Amino acid sequence: MLSALLAASSLCFIPINAVAQTNVLMMPKPEPVAAKAGTTIEVKLPLQLREGYHVNSDKPPDPYLIPLRLTWDSGPITVAEIVYPKPETRKVDFFAGPLPVFSGHFELLTRFKVAASVPPGLVSVAGKLRYQACNDRMCLPPKTIDVTVPVSVSR
Amino acid sequence: MDGQKLRQKLTVSSIRRWVLFAAAVTILASCEAPIPDNYHLKSANERKPTPDFALKDATGATVKLSDYKGKVVLLNFWATWCGPCKVEIPWFMDFQKTYKDRDFAVVGVSMDEDGWDAVKPYVEEKKMNYRVVLGNDQVSQLFGSVDSLPTTIVIDREGRIASTHVGLVAKATYQKEIEKLLEAPKDGPKTGAVRAAGSEFALLHSN
Repeated sequence: MLSALLAASSLCFIPINAVAQTNVLMMPKPEPVAAKAGTTIEVKLPLQLREGYHVNSDKPPDPYLIPLRLTWDSGPITVAEIVYPKPETRKVDFFAGPLPVFSGHFELLTRFKVAASVPPGLVSVAGKLRYQACNDRMCLPPKTIDVTVPVSVSR
Repeated sequence: MDGQKLRQKLTVSSIRRWVLFAAAVTILASCEAPIPDNYHLKSANERKPTPDFALKDATGATVKLSDYKGKVVLLNFWATWCGPCKVEIPWFMDFQKTYKDRDFAVVGVSMDEDGWDAVKPYVEEKKMNYRVVLGNDQVSQLFGSVDSLPTTIVIDREGRIASTHVGLVAKATYQKEIEKLLEAPKDGPKTGAVRAAGSEFALLHSN
């Protein structure tokens, strides 16, 4: 038990900023999605943040903070709606109220409209995910990553 | 051992276990709270010359780091979107006010991609009383690729890097370091100073 106590106290001294982590958001390559022309489909984008890090929510309360933003290029498959999850709130030293953030594992959902005129075949829907990550002690520069979802359209 | 003694022993043992468990939980819960005091001034012979730069401030004036030779400088890389940087700014304003007559200066290097459009309103809103220049990738590279913000470099009177802090550290850390460096004699050794513009270091100009 005493050793567990020592181990617990030693965790306090692990410097969270010991190594600069420039890639703290992991996104698996999106799986191909099947869709029928003339319907609406849902695409989930699972995201995983490195432990200790968070990104701002899609609606940060401070205008200087950079929101998490998913955008999709226009094309034959169009965006109907992007749904961000409910953020968790944090108490931070630099903002008076609770700060809405995302951390750990979370998903972004996009509803796409597949026009009836889209011919059968594979369509790549391209987009961009912009985020800016921090931990309790430091922030990393904003980053924009490319996202491509292959959609297999059938009649 | 009879049943009563055994029960007593078990009870004492369980209480002890719970107390230790509660202590461990308390230690872990307190981990996040304090901003660390990372005071670590390098000894004079370990300090390396600070790379120079020439960057523009909000008025368009060129600011060279080598112009600050003879002063203790707190060089802070920051950005408007960086929350922890926002915590430090009032501290640095306080240092600028307290030590400006003792050959000390704070220089803020903003790493905002959006340039003065983002930085100027912020500087005005926060009433920042020290010099702010707009940084760029070249300057970031000169200082070992500044990626995490805030990154703060404390420079001695001879233009040498006395300490580097990546991330938020306690105000007292900076205060102790500044005061220690200000104690050094004004006419210190001439070697190891900020490398002069146009000689062995790259003089960089911002756009």
